[in-house]
Amino acid sequence: MPTTEHGAMGQQQTPGLFVLLSRFLRLDIPLLTGLLLLCGLSLVVLYSASGQDVGAVQRQTVRFALAFGVMLVLAHVPPTALQRSSVFFYAIGMAMLVAVLLVGDVGKGAQRWLDLGFMRFQPSELMKVAVPMMVAWYVSQEPLPPRFGRLLVALGIVALPAALIMQQPDLGTALLVAGAGLAVVFMAGMQWRYILGALALAAVAAPLLWANMHSYQQQRVLTFLNPEADPLGAGYHIIQSKIAVGSGGLFGKGWLNGTQSHLDFLPERHTDFIFAVFGEEFGLFGAMALLGLYLFVIIRGLWLAADSQGTYGRLVSAAMVVTFLVYLFVNVGMVTGLLPVVGVPLPLVSYGGTSLVTLMIGFGIIMSAHSHRRLLS
Amino acid sequence: MSTNRILQRAAGRRRFVMFVFACLGLAVLGRAAWLQIWQHGFLLGQAQARQHRVIEIPAHRGTIFDRNGEPLAVSTPIDTVWAVPGDVLKTYDAMQAATDPEARQAYQARWDALAEALSMSPSVLHERVSQYQQQGRAFQYLRRHVTPAVAEQVAAQHIPGVSLMREYARYYPSSEASAHIVGFTNIDDKGTEGLELAYDRNWLAGQAGKRRIVRDLAAREIESLEIVQQAKPGKDLYLSVDRRLQYQAFRALDKAVKEEQASSGSLVLLDVQSGEVLAIVNSPSYNPNNTAERRSGVSRNRAVTDQFEPGSTMKPFTIAAALESGRFTPSDIIYTSPGYYKVGRYEIRDTRDYGWLDLRGIIKKSSNVGVIKVAQKLEPEQMWSVLDRFGFGRPPGSEFPGEVPGKLNHPTLWHSTEQTTLAYGYGLATSALQLTHAVAAIANGGVMQPVSFLKRDEPVQGERVLDESVARQVASMMESVVSKSGTGYRARVPGYRVAGKTGTSYKSHSGGYNEERYISLFAGFAPASAPRLAMVVVIHDPSAGQHYGGQVAAPVFSEVMGNALRVLGVKPDDWDSLAARVRDEVTLEDAL
Repeated sequence: MPTTEHGAMGQQQTPGLFVLLSRFLRLDIPLLTGLLLLCGLSLVVLYSASGQDVGAVQRQTVRFALAFGVMLVLAHVPPTALQRSSVFFYAIGMAMLVAVLLVGDVGKGAQRWLDLGFMRFQPSELMKVAVPMMVAWYVSQEPLPPRFGRLLVALGIVALPAALIMQQPDLGTALLVAGAGLAVVFMAGMQWRYILGALALAAVAAPLLWANMHSYQQQRVLTFLNPEADPLGAGYHIIQSKIAVGSGGLFGKGWLNGTQSHLDFLPERHTDFIFAVFGEEFGLFGAMALLGLYLFVIIRGLWLAADSQGTYGRLVSAAMVVTFLVYLFVNVGMVTGLLPVVGVPLPLVSYGGTSLVTLMIGFGIIMSAHSHRRLLS
Repeated sequence: MSTNRILQRAAGRRRFVMFVFACLGLAVLGRAAWLQIWQHGFLLGQAQARQHRVIEIPAHRGTIFDRNGEPLAVSTPIDTVWAVPGDVLKTYDAMQAATDPEARQAYQARWDALAEALSMSPSVLHERVSQYQQQGRAFQYLRRHVTPAVAEQVAAQHIPGVSLMREYARYYPSSEASAHIVGFTNIDDKGTEGLELAYDRNWLAGQAGKRRIVRDLAAREIESLEIVQQAKPGKDLYLSVDRRLQYQAFRALDKAVKEEQASSGSLVLLDVQSGEVLAIVNSPSYNPNNTAERRSGVSRNRAVTDQFEPGSTMKPFTIAAALESGRFTPSDIIYTSPGYYKVGRYEIRDTRDYGWLDLRGIIKKSSNVGVIKVAQKLEPEQMWSVLDRFGFGRPPGSEFPGEVPGKLNHPTLWHSTEQTTLAYGYGLATSALQLTHAVAAIANGGVMQPVSFLKRDEPVQGERVLDESVARQVASMMESVVSKSGTGYRARVPGYRVAGKTGTSYKSHSGGYNEERYISLFAGFAPASAPRLAMVVVIHDPSAGQHYGGQVAAPVFSEVMGNALRVLGVKPDDWDSLAARVRDEVTLEDAL
């Protein structure tokens, strides 16, 4: 079996301190650097977006520390162990999704939270990781590409939790979960004819989906298509956010000088709409720098996934990168008015802990899959 | 499938994924560039449209002074409490949501203190604010023009969304005495009554300035960018009236109206030589500082806006017309027996049968029969011309809002008895101001000065309306009215020679006259030797028993005219009466 370990062999001859450290900690230094830079940027923007609230910055710093801890732990869990526990996590997640629908807490008109007594937990978050793990486990039972019957089952594994999450209702998370699962199926080598067939089916199903959407979800799509129709109501977010980004221009208004955000016009400015604050204060060049940083993290993540060994690890890693990208695209698309408002945070930069932990679990898995190469070979 | 194919396929999938990623990345980047480069100008304008506001800098009104520089209306800065209802509700909701009893109590205390400062109960405050919120208001006055103590209490609660705003309120130091002439402004500082209204625009009203500010979503001012336009305060206004005379006149008139149980009264005091109004008062009056008292019936300046039939106070003008016509001389005698005369369906009576009276006697005794017989010998056109020149039926030109022209028909419109009734003051209508103006012209030797409510710094050119010798003759006849045997003896002022004419007219109502309701009048001037002041006193509906002008209006004239002459330092011209009075008082003191 061909290997890609020449670089690693070379490193073994002259092991630097960093390399030793990274190998010992099972961390990929370039990816880690990218993630740390993103989190640092997050704190800088957050300080401005929160109205120079040091407390908010401190709380987010603690969350970053916790999330990096989780990533470090995950990096040490061998992919084989993850593979074995895939079914378990998926089952747990499904059970909790059903529980949420039955006894969940209602917040902002949706049942998303499960009160475990000591903490409130969002099971749909878990599914962002558990679904790709389950699909990867399932399709890697046989040599790739998966046969048609297996494909159907895999699609079922994805569709079931996605449907449950839609019931909460949480369209954004459902799309992310489905996206992560489908990414695995695609990366596993699903034949193009099946893909095209599925797309054709989706085109047929779209009107049905529309009919089954909640009125607020339909409203969001309609508002997205014409935000100016309801400037004080549903279109308010998009209009204010477009104004914030656009008024930033090429160079931005400068850190702490964003008027839309500091004068309270921009809603959700330290959470979902933090990119608007960034765009307003740092302009197009700042936005390009930020997107460049994301690009680096994504490329590095994909490279690590490709460079990993074992079908399961590669598939899950790739799915995690896709999830990350979908997060980024959906959020920036939403803030700039390309996509409807679906309540997806800007990965690693938005204030909050839930999605942060999920994403860092994903990066932990990526690093684990890559750093456990030789154990598999 | 071989490992190679799998790897090939995996690499293909990787490339495809990379391609999709690149597309998505370019889409997002392109969108950002579209917004930040091509749409930048438009969106920046949108941002400024939301964040920049041009707001008013309030400008205070000009002060109204009396002729001596005493303030009659001043603007004082005052606070107004306003709110952004949505923000206020947030505090209320936080109070309701507070679980910690101590925190809740602290909230409650602040809310209650705010409600108390606004003079409403805490629940009413919440109700109102919720209502405003439901109406979608982003700005709402909670209470306007509050005292500094209230403003301080409101500010001390630090409730987000509740703010103070600087406004200007009007204060009227002389209160009731000058209420009618000065008028008042509404809560928005606009003149709505009296001279506050007449000189509102282009004079008293200030021009608000403008400045550009940065505001936040809750409409709070964050930063002041620039002053777009400086505020221009209004100009000061100097009135012709004398605050002291206003006060004395009001006190005397108000007392008489109350004692005579009259419905209302008016008094106008004119400077004969300059045409300036020195005092103009009405009773009942009101306190313009108390908005609750500003009722429309009470707040109008009756002396200018109400017209009435002048009755016998017209007789001097009829006699003036007679003398001017050349058909009569002061020594001509008229036979007035038997003391009554039939005019249409009315029988016009004298108080008794005076027999033969010369023109002076007609004025002195106020003989209706005598004046009728004189008037009937006059050319209608000539008689009308005299009255017209004295300003009857024409607006006095004072620029006071609501000024009435009175009524005087042209002879071509006269009915059969109109010339007769005009002679004794019926069939025409005048206002207290108009009548005073006409009397002042007689006092001024037949020269009429334009009337003015504003102080005159330079003398103006008057208009001769009557031959000087005729004016002197009429004035002399009027002086006899205030003699011991005249009808207006009670109008006398010790130390001064006073000329005048009493009047008592029935109030007209639809289709005729009410013989139970009277208007008591006195019109005169002093000092007779060199007239300085002209005054008319009108009292409507005296119902305490007396109703003759000589009984009801003349004493008011005496008191106010006496005070005015002394306050203005007019030299006495009747040393005999003064000496007699001194003698009386000395005797009285000796007796005590």
